[in-house]
Amino acid sequence: MSAPASTLSKAEVEQFLYTEARLADEGRYDEWESLWADDALYWVPAAGSTDPQRHISVIFDHRSRIALRVAQLKTGKRHSQDPRSNIAHLISNVEILAEDASGTHTSATFLVMESRSRGLTSWAGRVEHTLVRHDGRLLMSRKVVRLVNADRALPTMAFLI
Amino acid sequence: MTAPAPDRSAYRRLIEDDRVHGSLYTDPAVFADEMERIWYRTWVYVGHESEIPKRGDYVVKNIGPQSVIMSRDRRGEVHLLLNRCSHRGNQLCEAARGNTGAIRCQYHGWTFGTDGALLGYPFRQGYGSDTPRSDLGLGRVTRVDSYRGFVFGSFVAEGPTLLEHLGAARDALDRVAGLSPLGRVELTAGWLQHEVRANWKMLVENETDGYHPQFVHSSIFQVGESHVGEVYSEKSAATARDLGGGHTEHDLRPQFRDLDVPLGWFGTTEDRLPEYCRALREAHGDEAAREILVDGSPHIMIFPNLFIAEIQLFVIQPLTVDRTVQHVTPLQFAGAPELNRRLLHQVSGSVGPAGLLLADDSEMYERNQRGVTARSPEWLVLRRGLHRERPDAEGHLAGAATDETTQRAIWRHIRELLTEEAPA
Repeated sequence: MSAPASTLSKAEVEQFLYTEARLADEGRYDEWESLWADDALYWVPAAGSTDPQRHISVIFDHRSRIALRVAQLKTGKRHSQDPRSNIAHLISNVEILAEDASGTHTSATFLVMESRSRGLTSWAGRVEHTLVRHDGRLLMSRKVVRLVNADRALPTMAFLI
Repeated sequence: MTAPAPDRSAYRRLIEDDRVHGSLYTDPAVFADEMERIWYRTWVYVGHESEIPKRGDYVVKNIGPQSVIMSRDRRGEVHLLLNRCSHRGNQLCEAARGNTGAIRCQYHGWTFGTDGALLGYPFRQGYGSDTPRSDLGLGRVTRVDSYRGFVFGSFVAEGPTLLEHLGAARDALDRVAGLSPLGRVELTAGWLQHEVRANWKMLVENETDGYHPQFVHSSIFQVGESHVGEVYSEKSAATARDLGGGHTEHDLRPQFRDLDVPLGWFGTTEDRLPEYCRALREAHGDEAAREILVDGSPHIMIFPNLFIAEIQLFVIQPLTVDRTVQHVTPLQFAGAPELNRRLLHQVSGSVGPAGLLLADDSEMYERNQRGVTARSPEWLVLRRGLHRERPDAEGHLAGAATDETTQRAIWRHIRELLTEEAPA
């Protein structure tokens, strides 16, 4: 099966995902936030949830709440990230799935190692992005993080996954 | 194996009126005692009837480390069954929920009704004339009762009734139900499960702790539009109440009555939820509806595991002495779709592992758990507001919004349960 026709190259997509992950890992919150389009959704569904308007989510942030989340992290008083967790995102299995009027839809798998006083926590799953070009820059308008253990009790996850 | 538990009289020494010993949070033997004398004895909240609306519906719930199937049988009755095959002990339900005519054990094919009765087993001739039946139903939580659809279970046959156990806390369940134009809470918006490395009592004590929000949640008060901070200030009119039976409440009504704005408690106004307000007035009349809309939803910790925090409901599940899961769902009200959408949106931002509020509470639980392992000082101090707490108009001991009246009330009840002689 060949990849669908896309105005973005696989290399461009990979570079975007790596950059996003690195900015999150390094706690460069403003730069991470600047990767979002104005019309944005950051969604980490709970297990079995297909409709975030009817079911609770781990994260369901539209653009304004993404800004609130970042602003809270930057206060220095977001205790669950003060001190920041040490984070390493590993991104793999990057694919361009489709492209339509809303943007280029990509899928990748991820593994995140998080270290803080609690100990070492591993997070894994699939991440789907919708990427759009705006004024020559690549931005994300949608990021969905599907945790492999969304159906289990999760530890605190206050970093940007 | 755990170390020998402190004898009953030791708990009188470990739990004083205004301070408690750190080992109560860290000693596995204490945890074992708590399971037997608290969790497997008193009424514990399990689930809500709205989670199993149809006959044959079931959900897997818990009482502490015990897995419990809450089911509705084919006659419509609710049961609390232990999630264990009566044959050789296999866990029965792996899925978190479902609808079925019979619960089937995948190990040897024994089947049970949703009422827990043994229905049958394959290859009957293997048992000869000795055919097991009536004595091999599923284990069950001994007593099951519900109030306003909130289902509770108790593992002992004798003891206070559910209504006696709820006591003054019952009023809070009435208030919650009253926020629905149809008088019914519906828990239909799904659950988050958030695990913390902390003792369950850290959570219970924090739920009606009015002292911490200004510090633990200062980051979100600083950047958000929330008015919650004022409720937990020195100037707040809210009170910390001991409702008896280990139940504690942060009574926010005085603060909201001062504000005197319908839906002020929810940080919004009537014109944003016109359909809901109209339905509530039609249901209760103008005056009563206004009172409900001003007073808002309660903030109450129903001992030992049901915490209703205005717009969401938490269930606390102890796993081990230093591991606890908080299950949380947005409150949803029958006949109030407009309100429900907003509630869901707000709750999604606040609670769970990434919640703008709860992630920081949970960070504190875990730091607290690490802290109390220190060798010295051995005690936690619960003295705040001792000099100013008084019985209120209803006879409940009440302190200021930031007082530790509630923590002392929780510990008095725990001490009573841990030192009580077990019934013969």
